[in-house]
Amino acid sequence: MMNAPHALLNARLLDPATNTDTMGGVLIKDGLILDWGTHIKADALPDGATYENCHGKCLSPGLVDAHAYLCEPGKEHRETMETAGHAAAAGGITTINAFPATEPVIDDPSIVEVIARRARETCSVNICITGALSKGLEGKEMAELGLLCEAGVVAFSDGQKAIGDINLMRRTLAYSTMFNKPIIVHAEEPALVGSGVMTGGRTATAMGLKSIPSCAEAILVERDIRLIAMTGATWHAAHLSTLDALNSIRRAKDEQLHVTAGTAPHYHALNDLEVGEYRTFARVSPPLREEDDRRAVVAAIKDGTIDVISSQHLPQSADSKRLPFSQAKPGVVGLETMLPVSLRLYHNGEVGLLDLLRTMTVGPAKLLGLACGKIETGKPADLCLFDLEKPWQLDATLLKSKSKNTAFDGHLLQGRILKTFVSGTVVFEL
Amino acid sequence: MTHSEKTQFAHRHLLDIDRLSVADINLLLDTASGYVSKSRARDKKLSLLHGRTQINLFFENSTRTRTSFELAGMRLGADVINMSVGSSSVKKGETLIDTAMTLNAMHPDILVIRHGDSGVPHLLSQKIDCAVINAGDGSHEHPTQALLDALTIRNRKGRLEGLIVAICGDILHSRVARSNIALLNIMGARVRVVGPTTLVPSNAKALGVEVYHSMKEGLKDADIVMMLRLQTERMQGAFVPSVREYFKLFGLDKKKLEVAKPDALIMHPGPMNRGVEIDSEIADDITISAISEQVEMGVAVRMACLDLFTRGRTQ
Repeated sequence: MMNAPHALLNARLLDPATNTDTMGGVLIKDGLILDWGTHIKADALPDGATYENCHGKCLSPGLVDAHAYLCEPGKEHRETMETAGHAAAAGGITTINAFPATEPVIDDPSIVEVIARRARETCSVNICITGALSKGLEGKEMAELGLLCEAGVVAFSDGQKAIGDINLMRRTLAYSTMFNKPIIVHAEEPALVGSGVMTGGRTATAMGLKSIPSCAEAILVERDIRLIAMTGATWHAAHLSTLDALNSIRRAKDEQLHVTAGTAPHYHALNDLEVGEYRTFARVSPPLREEDDRRAVVAAIKDGTIDVISSQHLPQSADSKRLPFSQAKPGVVGLETMLPVSLRLYHNGEVGLLDLLRTMTVGPAKLLGLACGKIETGKPADLCLFDLEKPWQLDATLLKSKSKNTAFDGHLLQGRILKTFVSGTVVFEL
Repeated sequence: MTHSEKTQFAHRHLLDIDRLSVADINLLLDTASGYVSKSRARDKKLSLLHGRTQINLFFENSTRTRTSFELAGMRLGADVINMSVGSSSVKKGETLIDTAMTLNAMHPDILVIRHGDSGVPHLLSQKIDCAVINAGDGSHEHPTQALLDALTIRNRKGRLEGLIVAICGDILHSRVARSNIALLNIMGARVRVVGPTTLVPSNAKALGVEVYHSMKEGLKDADIVMMLRLQTERMQGAFVPSVREYFKLFGLDKKKLEVAKPDALIMHPGPMNRGVEIDSEIADDITISAISEQVEMGVAVRMACLDLFTRGRTQ
């Protein structure tokens, strides 16, 4: 069936991959980008083309979220691929990288196939899959990286756990080099994390909460960097939150190691004071850091040390959050707020708009070896239309995610998603 | 055998391959060839080592290698004694050197030694008067295996020089691989090692080999495919994730063999793990597999070693 082309006109085109920031349009046909640029105008469209006016709003590649927990299979009371898809679309995200902490864990090729099929059937956005790094995410034995790779995973990770056994990490890094896929790590030395719930510092001491020293992050990053220098592996720190660890990344990049770094909106937007009166919705792993570290994260986004901002979307049911702080589960939902919260960095004058968008489009796409994250002729029309200036207040009850555990409930945000397209189809409209 | 008895041999011990020359290796292989037909005859016994004493000192379990050395010694007429760790005084706390000194006092002519630690034959050779033959030391060398492999290849291909030999599997821990790499390099073959990144030393290139981590690339146009045994304890997540993944990526089957030369020869030092590093369909196909021939050549090569390394010794 031949569909008429459809044009998005009069948009501020923002494509970090080509450093484009210009007024223009995108022409879509059969789900693909037929053409795009300043020359796409109402008076120069192919015969029969339909069009819509974007009224000068921003049109960027659909966002790529490098790190989210979709909870299906196994924890469907918290989230399903269907609800995660709706939440992602509302956040301008068109590709989600699903993490393996499901039940069963994604450590077997057959599970990859099941999840890929469920995603195709029920999820409105694209899903790629990260396989387990160790069997059962237990950090004891290497997972079947080769078979998982054949089944189509884009990366390997143990999610919220770091591998404490340095020999296993060494061999796993070495083994992974055969498959040309990144290993994504939770960068905290597990022995120092122990049962800590908050970052070490004045707030934790005053509140009487068991703390995790912030150096737990730099220690693991340094350990892995030495192993990467030895093995030549490709490695990504999922969510860095401290100055020392970021400085380690800077040195590793200077040494030309295959090292990249990510963070999440809550690490650049919040500090440990957010825990306030034992607010469990501010419990995350790694924990929110002190202000100096938060500023270091912002500086690292600005200077490009941080390549990727991901949502770290981790749905938790209300009953696993309405608990004493030390018993509450860590994690926040983040698909719908990743861009609006991160736009604070732009509005504060701290990070340029294209540089900021780069961390949520082509940055993660490059990490995961995906062709998306760009506005490119011939590629699927995965796009995000947003109002850069629009102020609004987040109401957690209105989130599309099945779980409402956001750390930003009631926050005033500036910048809002208007429309999200996946392969030219509108999957969200405000 | 009369022609070879005249030839002198410069070496007193067989500790590793490195110190052998092309001429040494050719002499060893030529001598072994002569013993092959003798081993096939009804009367297998010679009296070359009549009156000599051979002690097989095995600190690691071994059936095939020990039996092979035992037969080799007996066929040459030597008195052969087997000592294994279970029955020796090592268990009672005697040091290795004390054991060696004790044995030395019994005036053996040949000591065949296998030990789990690299370098033990070297150490003993400094303390003992007789010929020391390395029957496998740690992850270092297994020189008679390399010699018997070379003889097998030479029988089938007529030469060693210029052949492409792919050694596949656990290179890191393999003494068979190290001896074969050394010997094949000396003889002018092109040696490749193929295995997972966890089982190939990261600096393997320094051994003079080409390194591959994919069977498809490593086996391309190979004349010889030498499979190594993967120890069970290394299959379960420490070095490789699982048997099924190892077999899929590095196990030799007909499909992976397609890229090798059509007349490629398959070898394995044994004992084989069928379904781990090698498919039975290949192991049992006598047109392409030389595995039984390797065992036969083993006895002949060890006879040649016992013969040559005791020459020039008067005691």
